[in-house]
Amino acid sequence: MIEGRSKAFWFLAIFFGLYVLFLYGPMIAIYILSFQGPQGGLTFPMNGVSLTWFAKLWQGNGIIDIGESFTRSLGLGVTVMVLTVVISVSAGMAFRRRFAGQALLFYVAIASLIVPSLITSLGIALEFRLLDDYIINHFGDWGMQDIADNWETAMGLYTSGLGAHLTWTLPFGLLIMFAIFNRFDPRLEEAARDLGATPWQTFRHVVLPIIAPSVVGIGLFGFTLSWDELARSSQAIGPVNTLPLDLQGLTTTVTQPDIYALGTVISVVSFTVILIAVLTIRVLQRRQAAQGSDAGKGMV
Amino acid sequence: MQESSGRSTFIAWLQAGPLALVFLAFFVLPLVFVVIVSFWDYNDYQMLPMLSGRGYTDSFEGCLAELPGLCTIARTYLQTLKFCAIVWAATLVIGFTVAYFLAFEVKSKEWQIILSLICTIPFWTSNVIRMIAWIPLLGRNGLVNSFLQAIGAIDEPLDWLLYSQFSVILALVHLFTFFMVVPIFNSMIRIDRSLIEAAYDAGATGWQTLWNVIVPLCKPGIVIGSIFVITIVMGDFVTVGVMGGQQIASAGKIIQTRLDALQFPAAAANAVILLGVTFLIIAALTKLVDIRKEL
Repeated sequence: MIEGRSKAFWFLAIFFGLYVLFLYGPMIAIYILSFQGPQGGLTFPMNGVSLTWFAKLWQGNGIIDIGESFTRSLGLGVTVMVLTVVISVSAGMAFRRRFAGQALLFYVAIASLIVPSLITSLGIALEFRLLDDYIINHFGDWGMQDIADNWETAMGLYTSGLGAHLTWTLPFGLLIMFAIFNRFDPRLEEAARDLGATPWQTFRHVVLPIIAPSVVGIGLFGFTLSWDELARSSQAIGPVNTLPLDLQGLTTTVTQPDIYALGTVISVVSFTVILIAVLTIRVLQRRQAAQGSDAGKGMV
Repeated sequence: MQESSGRSTFIAWLQAGPLALVFLAFFVLPLVFVVIVSFWDYNDYQMLPMLSGRGYTDSFEGCLAELPGLCTIARTYLQTLKFCAIVWAATLVIGFTVAYFLAFEVKSKEWQIILSLICTIPFWTSNVIRMIAWIPLLGRNGLVNSFLQAIGAIDEPLDWLLYSQFSVILALVHLFTFFMVVPIFNSMIRIDRSLIEAAYDAGATGWQTLWNVIVPLCKPGIVIGSIFVITIVMGDFVTVGVMGGQQIASAGKIIQTRLDALQFPAAAANAVILLGVTFLIIAALTKLVDIRKEL
């Protein structure tokens, strides 16, 4: 370290390079293979180049309707993203004060991150099954027999499925908020208050612009974690499938490169969202740097 | 501050309320139901709300009779723990080395951000895709087998590369090293550089500094990363399923098998057992570090 670019540096740099290759190499392989020719198989070499497998995916292979699950996953992902941002930012503000139950709430959030996803998913499934049973068997007692008779299930994409995804995205959102406010200078808010701003004005015009880049980061986590979520969806999503569930279903019967084509399509969405988020964060940071006052910097 | 503390608490709860409600409805209550249902009875097609230990007795079936041999659940847990140990060791070594490079060898802030982003992007993409990505490499006609055959190292393609314990472990390391890198990097970045200078000035070699200064100061990050990796591997059923060709047993797969058979109380009982084992491991790990001080 002290002698500059030492042997250790080059050893570690090569190690890091190999790690990156290990991370990306296999993914790049399937992106390439998804453009396999019509006669091509699951492995190299490429047998021509074509869009056959994307076309096949688009037409559907009779078993699953990829277009439907694509729309569903996209809708759910955007909903999870918006809710994760709103709920995390709001809770992050709360955690800057002291309130009863603060430590408990924090531990519950951490536990939600650590408890195996399958168990959370199973619990949500049980909760909704018991709710369904209760409605079917007892709503008649309340004079709502017709509801009980026609009831199928309360489980669904935007009930149990949404809840399951939020238990996964919110802990990340909360931890990012903690990281933001650990570095936040509360004097900025005091200044706003002293100048007569209401709490909402302070938040809207002082706090939010400062934390905006990190809030975009929370949104990025919210969408991508939901878009690719599988273990928590597995039991709690209800009668319809999301895209990752369809993809997992395909892995048991994988014989043709159309599974790679699906993988490429899903990844294109992920990469697009990541790119948009990273660019937005950069623009916001640039704007902050450009508009930020230099007050106090050369005056001391 | 100026406001009374009662009003302040009220506002805080209003702000934290949605978060608390989501966790209550979709995490705490579901866990309570898992525990309750684990003590229910069941038949071939539904659960029966009557107190019963059948979920547990069915799970441990034959465990006493087969002594000193191991029953199915004991063998399965042993295998899952073996996966845990191997994946933990591999992710720790790789994660620590990668974090060390990022924290100490990359001097420019700009590059640190770019390289960290490169490590993070796969985390934002689909795990299943990252699993099937190994098929063209490890399959019977995959790149690895073709290469080994071409250089004459083997005559027949190796069968154990894919849909095997090897491929499960490889995929787990591939997917989850990230969870080791982040907390260890976070610990390293906080280490006061003058401590390292001091160690060198006092005559410590590079390895001595690493082992006696850096590693102890990274302990919190190492423990947090370990908790993530171990709990993920303990509860995993997707990676073991896809990369094991649905042929390898694991603690998570037991639950899934029970669920596929609609035996909810038995699935719940296994979930409670898995939670218990995972909790014991975490408790042992947190004895080593106080997580609260790390955030």
